[in-house]
Amino acid sequence: MDILETLKTLWNDSGFHSFLVDGGWKNLIMIAVSCVLLYLGIKKQFEPLLLVGIAFGCLLVNLSYFSPASADALYHLDLWDNFLDSEHPDYHSYGAILRNGGLLDILYIGVKAGVYPSLIFMGIGAMTDFGPLISNPKSLLLGAAAQMGVFLAFFGAVCLGFDGNAAASIGIIGGADGPTAIFLTSKLKPELLGPIAIAAYSYMALIPMIQPPIMRLLTTEKERKVKMEQSRMVSKTEKILFPIIVALFVILLLPSTAPLVGCLMLGNLWRECGVTERLSDTVQNGLMNIVTVFLGISVGATTVASRFLSLETIKIVGLGLTAFCFSTIGGLLVGKLMYKLTGGKVNPLIGSAGVSAVPMAARVAQSEGQKANPSNFLLMHAMGPNVAGVIGSAIAAGFLLAVFK
Amino acid sequence: MELENTTLDVAIIGGADEPTAIFLNEAIQETTEMTTKESENEAKDISIADAGITAVFGYSVVFFGILILMIVLYCTGAIFKAKDAKEKAAKEAENKSTKNTPAPVAEKPLAPGSAGHVKLFDVPDKEAAMIMAIVADKMQKPLNELHFISIKEVK
Repeated sequence: MDILETLKTLWNDSGFHSFLVDGGWKNLIMIAVSCVLLYLGIKKQFEPLLLVGIAFGCLLVNLSYFSPASADALYHLDLWDNFLDSEHPDYHSYGAILRNGGLLDILYIGVKAGVYPSLIFMGIGAMTDFGPLISNPKSLLLGAAAQMGVFLAFFGAVCLGFDGNAAASIGIIGGADGPTAIFLTSKLKPELLGPIAIAAYSYMALIPMIQPPIMRLLTTEKERKVKMEQSRMVSKTEKILFPIIVALFVILLLPSTAPLVGCLMLGNLWRECGVTERLSDTVQNGLMNIVTVFLGISVGATTVASRFLSLETIKIVGLGLTAFCFSTIGGLLVGKLMYKLTGGKVNPLIGSAGVSAVPMAARVAQSEGQKANPSNFLLMHAMGPNVAGVIGSAIAAGFLLAVFK
Repeated sequence: MELENTTLDVAIIGGADEPTAIFLNEAIQETTEMTTKESENEAKDISIADAGITAVFGYSVVFFGILILMIVLYCTGAIFKAKDAKEKAAKEAENKSTKNTPAPVAEKPLAPGSAGHVKLFDVPDKEAAMIMAIVADKMQKPLNELHFISIKEVK
């Protein structure tokens, strides 16, 4: 046995050696990025349920992704490139992925097929009380207004040279709705899934820092002090009818929203109908947790250094922030309009909650309102636009999907 | 694609579970047809002017969809509000009518002394008291531990 030769082979096969050749230093940077994300998720508790999984997926894929052809790799970028290449024999072949893929390739099928985001929406539906929205339907308008950032960022992305599919995927970050962003991007521009998902979840976690300055800038002290009247009580029958009505109207209007809106409303119907408590409980807890595990790690897997470290990612991060800011502005402006039209009965701060990010955005509106007037309780009023934002972003995603698919 | 499916079919049949093999075979064929029919998902280049129009149109579609939903919710809300108001009015009317009618006179206890009430049918109080006393004596139990439901004269 030639010990020297064996040592040399071991060194050449090791991951440490791969950092020194063929742009392996990029993987080293991504490992550092994943550690930062892990720090933000664990220490700063930025959306930890997803960010920790994404960060660890990022770590795993950049540790193992030394050669695209390596059979031991957890994630094979080349397989997914073939999957999307219409001239390749493996075009749209999940069989090829199952045959040749690693663990993360197989888990990623759930993202690519749009299964995980839809199941997450089912869980969100089962956890959401639409009562505040049903009692005050005009708050739906705030949810629509807060989609302004989606379309402005889309326009901005086209101006920066992105194609239509990429621009639509970037724009949806402004919807502040992680599952919707993942769903749309996986359909339109899967290559950008990593940066878009990370940008979406990071900004959602940063809402308490991003929104308050904009809220204070666009509203006066007098407006922020407005105390809103108690909403009416919503009957059980109304709560049962709501998911059926929304599913009917929204899916008929935009059939491409069916997976997201359908699952959201089915989850909510299970919650409200009162005869499927077991299912509602499973969807809210067990299923949601399982899907979150798969979603986080497989989205993290798309952050392969060779794709992630590019000028595009920087542009996406910048456009994502712009989208978030303009979505907040859109909601606030319509909130101010409602304030004027109702003679000061609506506190415009609740408009900022129109960006989905349930319930973080509503909490921010509550805390800003209470800073202006300690006896102000805006939380339930802000929950209306907040859940309306979920519906609004699903409609926006459905529109973009219908146009660019 | 065909080759891949055939390989999978053979592998499944090897598992000696015929219904599963048939089911999976059909599913695979369907998937193959779907994927081959699926439109090319290639990125669409778009001009800045088109992007502007798409953005404005998209934002309008979101508002339109939400507006329809809002109108439907207002309509259902109005129906339920009307229903609630009706029920409330009916309840108030019922309360008012109960206020106007005199309070029902409390029933006279029929057989004091025994546990609970006893209903008497064509039996005077005196005779009922005697019967109860005799029964208690025969049973060797105090009267207040016995519960007489009714005493009826058999004619």
